[in-house]
Amino acid sequence: MTELVIFYSFALILVFAAFRVITAKNPVHAALYLVLSFFTGAVLWMLTKAEFLAVSLIVIYVGAVMVLFLFVVMMLDINFEELRKGFWRYLPVAGTVAVLMAYEMVMVLTHPSAQLRGAAVAEPAAGYNNAKVLGQLIYTQYFLPFQLAAVLLLVGMVAAIALTLRKRKNTKYINPADQIKVKRDERLTIVSVNAEARAVIEPPKPADGEQQA
Amino acid sequence: MLTLEHYLVLGAILFAISVFGIFMNRKNLIVLLMAIELMLLAVNINFIAFSQYLGDASGQIFVFFILTVAAAESAIGLAILVALFRSLRSINVEDLDHLKG
Repeated sequence: MTELVIFYSFALILVFAAFRVITAKNPVHAALYLVLSFFTGAVLWMLTKAEFLAVSLIVIYVGAVMVLFLFVVMMLDINFEELRKGFWRYLPVAGTVAVLMAYEMVMVLTHPSAQLRGAAVAEPAAGYNNAKVLGQLIYTQYFLPFQLAAVLLLVGMVAAIALTLRKRKNTKYINPADQIKVKRDERLTIVSVNAEARAVIEPPKPADGEQQA
Repeated sequence: MLTLEHYLVLGAILFAISVFGIFMNRKNLIVLLMAIELMLLAVNINFIAFSQYLGDASGQIFVFFILTVAAAESAIGLAILVALFRSLRSINVEDLDHLKG
């Protein structure tokens, strides 16, 4: 009974937060509501005794991905008013599609022939350790996919850096390799100049007017 | 008693909300990315509910991998967004018409 109360209250918060994510005027608010929805999602996962994933959802999403989102939203100088124009124009189509989709899925899931009614989420046996079970699976049966996931993260990191890296034009920096490689001939030219006789400097002749005076 | 149905219906509603969000925010690239994250959350809720219902932890391993892929995806998506903003000074989806499609 307590479980149901917790489930419904957090499910309501989750739906509300998800709705605010897509309707918020300010993307910073949207990002913060997304944090809230991940948090409540983690609580709901915790309710099914999936503790490890609940904690990693908070650590990965709230700790890393959402901070990245907030950084980008705050760093870029975006005119959100412009993007907001015509927001409600497709409301009839979007509303119809979304409500139909939700209605269909709920009908399918709750129909008696789906045989899901009363299918209790299994209560794990005593001494069940979610992290231990997942760890055993990851490091035995799913070891190769686990390592591929690590490679994927590395590739993602390289791609993100390569996409945003740019050479600054206004910084003055030196390349030590170029400095070491330089040869004498590139810096110094020897010019042959003919030797000449020493010039004789004659004393200036006094002007005519000065002699008479 | 908490049943599988509860979680599946919640996942369905969350998924429909994110589809709605993608329709409504068709200009704002950032909110589109956020709606995709919400969709992944809905899918993950389904995975976890089924995994605990069947008593098979493999479903949770899949959630683990989805989290990894989603993290990489949003990192690259935001990097593309930053590169885009640098060249166009805008993240409006309607401005991305260079391919004349």
